[in-house]
Amino acid sequence: MFKQLIAVILMSLQTVPQRLGASSVIVIGIAGVVAVLVSVLAMGAGFHHTLADGGRDDRVIILRGGSDAELNSNLTRTDIATISNAPGLAKDAAGKALLSSELVTVVNVPKIDTGTDANVTLRGVGLKLTEVRPELKIVSGKMFRPAVRELIAGVGAAKLFRGLTVGSVLRLRNADWTVTGIFSTDGDVRESELLADVDTVASSIERTGYSSAVGLLSSAAAFTAFKDSLTSDPTLTVDVQREREYYAKQSAGLTKTINIVGTTVAVIMAIGAMFGALNTMYSAVAARGLEIATLRAIGFGAFPVLFGVIIESLLLALLGGVIGAALAWLFFNGHTVSTLGAAFAQVVFQLTVTRALIITGIIWACIIGLLGGFFPALRAARLPVAEALRAG
Amino acid sequence: MSEVIVSLRHIDKRYVRGKQTIDVLQGLDLDIPKGDFVALMGPSGSGKTTLLNLIGGLDTPTSGEITVAGQRLDKLSSGGLAHWRANHIGFVFQFYNLMPMLTAQRNVELPLLLTNLSAEKRKANAMAALTLVGIADRAKHKPNELSGGQAQRVAIARALVADPMLLVCDEPTGDLDRKSADEVLHLLQILNRQHGKSIVMVTHDPKAAEFASRQLHMDKGTLLEAGTLA
Amino acid sequence: MKYFPLIWATLWRKKTRTLFTLLSIVIAFLLFGMLETVDYAFSHPNAGASGADKLISTNKYSITLSLPFADMQEIRSVPGVTDATWLTWFGGYYQESKNFVFAIPIDTESYFNVHNGEFVVNDEAMKAFRSMRSAALVNVALMKKFGWKVGDKIPLHSTIWTQKSGSLDWTFDIVGTFDVKDPTQAGAQQYTVFFHYDLFDEGRSFGKGSVGWVEERIDNPANGPAIADKIDALFANSANETKTQPANDFAMTFVKQVGDIGFVLRAILGAVFFTLLFLTGNTMMQSVRERIPELAVLKTMGFTNGKILALVIAESLLLCLFAAVIGLGLSYATLPYIGQALQGVQLDPVALIPGLGAAVLLALIVGLPPALRAMRLNIVDALSGMH
Repeated sequence: MFKQLIAVILMSLQTVPQRLGASSVIVIGIAGVVAVLVSVLAMGAGFHHTLADGGRDDRVIILRGGSDAELNSNLTRTDIATISNAPGLAKDAAGKALLSSELVTVVNVPKIDTGTDANVTLRGVGLKLTEVRPELKIVSGKMFRPAVRELIAGVGAAKLFRGLTVGSVLRLRNADWTVTGIFSTDGDVRESELLADVDTVASSIERTGYSSAVGLLSSAAAFTAFKDSLTSDPTLTVDVQREREYYAKQSAGLTKTINIVGTTVAVIMAIGAMFGALNTMYSAVAARGLEIATLRAIGFGAFPVLFGVIIESLLLALLGGVIGAALAWLFFNGHTVSTLGAAFAQVVFQLTVTRALIITGIIWACIIGLLGGFFPALRAARLPVAEALRAG
Repeated sequence: MSEVIVSLRHIDKRYVRGKQTIDVLQGLDLDIPKGDFVALMGPSGSGKTTLLNLIGGLDTPTSGEITVAGQRLDKLSSGGLAHWRANHIGFVFQFYNLMPMLTAQRNVELPLLLTNLSAEKRKANAMAALTLVGIADRAKHKPNELSGGQAQRVAIARALVADPMLLVCDEPTGDLDRKSADEVLHLLQILNRQHGKSIVMVTHDPKAAEFASRQLHMDKGTLLEAGTLA
Repeated sequence: MKYFPLIWATLWRKKTRTLFTLLSIVIAFLLFGMLETVDYAFSHPNAGASGADKLISTNKYSITLSLPFADMQEIRSVPGVTDATWLTWFGGYYQESKNFVFAIPIDTESYFNVHNGEFVVNDEAMKAFRSMRSAALVNVALMKKFGWKVGDKIPLHSTIWTQKSGSLDWTFDIVGTFDVKDPTQAGAQQYTVFFHYDLFDEGRSFGKGSVGWVEERIDNPANGPAIADKIDALFANSANETKTQPANDFAMTFVKQVGDIGFVLRAILGAVFFTLLFLTGNTMMQSVRERIPELAVLKTMGFTNGKILALVIAESLLLCLFAAVIGLGLSYATLPYIGQALQGVQLDPVALIPGLGAAVLLALIVGLPPALRAMRLNIVDALSGMH
């Protein structure tokens, strides 16, 4: 039976060049589906990576209780003092807690591509910034100084907005701010932001108090003790979360939307591609009715014929899937996109065509190929031999 | 001398296929009187189908003059020939005559789509043609529901529906069994003798040729005249 | 058209093949309709029934920063401003954070002046609303969604504003419902609950005396930008500079920030269209190839080359337009659901019209090569079986 199968497949493949047009329909149709699916899911993956993956298990973010985002949160100096005394925080050489009190606000800066203003997050950070965020590296220029209107811009923000180069001056809220450097944080959401000294930011927007506190724990396991001590404190109303969970929640909405939209579109396209595949394979079977009947008359069983058709469809589909995935990778891998993040400010993220996505695309291609070949294969296997021989 | 409906003078027809040049017809002369039923016979490659195509205005000669129904066909463009065919010729072929997805009636109506007749008129004329060939009861049937002979009769009805002067038939009974073939040929005879249609028919079958009033034989691109039958 | 029976019958010559091709085109246009309307909505945002006669003033540097209430008097005195009202973002939800409610504290007089004619409220409900400080006026669709009734006391959670007690939960008495006059704006207001600004300002533990943004109504839409400049000039070089723009433009700046949605949608549609071209083109080519002898017979009957070309193109047009209309029709049916999923974005069916143009373009591109092939066939060769 195996030998018969190989013979059928070889025969089919040899005739493919004759039916190039029809065969290319399957390849191109499926390539389209896979390209779209992989690209859109890459957007979701990229967004998720930027927000959710960039977060350490031993870093915590403290917000006022009941606020779901930093922008809505409000902590006083007293609150910060209490938090910094809680057990579990890592300490520096001088014994001070590694806690950065932060104040988040949104400012308008024109985008490079459209020229219109868009929102970008300006985050005031505490002196312990570099210790709480050791992954932060200044890639050009230098760090801002406290008590002066200086800021550093993330690489993502620098790509998106005008005027974010070392030494340039931005006008924010009636005051001039100097960009002293550009920083990177391994591709997480900080790279879409502008960082400056928290007290300077506070005074420039006439705010007292902070939005949040970000701290480094002595170890990931210290989380529970830290959280409990704060939530049980009657003078405080706070929410304590691991940074990773906080960002996962923030990105959940948009990631879900992107994935739902992408999958829906791809499913719809896949159905269309399947009809195309059915067309092609039905016509392939019809065109080779005589050959198939001859094989059957010689003594080939029904199953090799059936499998032969399915495998032909599968191989064409596979080719389409590979081409589609390759196109998605070629055009979109590493492509930077930005959109409105949870804080009403722009978040920059990179599309990543991961291996998992490519495999997903190929699996979809195979499923479509299978479905597209199945019914025509049945027809081929059930062809009344004598009739087909006579018709030929 | 009766009026001549087909007149060919010094007709040459040459084909070029790749590097080869084939002379199919050379210096051919022919007159066909109006009301004649001519059977054109000859072995494969003798040029009879080529001659038929020229008479029917489906092809143009390399040189020479063709006059059919008073019109110099060699002077017409392809658009002109199309227009002329619509008004003067009806064709019957061995295969592919009918559109498989249309009923007999709609098939017969096809040539009338080129006229300005109303839908009712078209239907009426089609039905009249179908009645004439004796197959009006099959008007709503599709070709796959008709026997070979019935399908050819529908084809003849279609060839007649625009009331052409000349019927051109290429092996009309080639794909039929004896009985159906005889019915079709008998019909052609009636159309010739009772309705005055001139007919030129290419055939392989000597028995079919007997239905004609005159037989012409061709070989290697030239005509050899055979006997005239009553 | 007298050729219709011929063309239609020709299309359905191979029923399964035509059916599958038809379905592929239907699906492509279903997608087209859905994506195109979303793209259109994002590039033509609707600021309100009469967006051009309203302005919005925000803090110049960030929408998250506020403006002092004292500004209101100055704004109202600007010539061309017929009335102005103040609002603040409440960030509300009902019971769970996924039950978003656009609870908005308003000044009960000036708000309805600025938005005159947009809302439908019966007089009793309006009277009750204005006279009771804890009253809430709920959108009629929202009432249905949560099953509220007039007289209910509902708690709404604010993600920002704590009361003096420290609680983020605010309670309101529902006194009536409102509806939106313009059906195209219904979606934008479907989560709205109006309540009293006084209650809000006195109850909140911080930010007293500040407003989130101001909405102004102007006498002449043509003067919009000029009046906006005048308002901004009032506060230039102060601690709280304003940015005033026509309401339409304001909505647009937000939408622009959602980013390259247009690009993504266009790219997807491009991929769909391209694969469809292949699929349909292949079918048409195959179909014509099979029919060469029959087309030759038509020519013998006297059909000119031009007519044959037209017949094939007409066939392509019929297939593509028929399928496109079905696909676009289906996408029209999905619009309410998509709008819902996108938080009440208004989807305008006018965006579907280019779909018909796309169908014609598809038909022509796909139909022309086989039509030319048919037109150019040699009668003699075709009939003799060589083609």
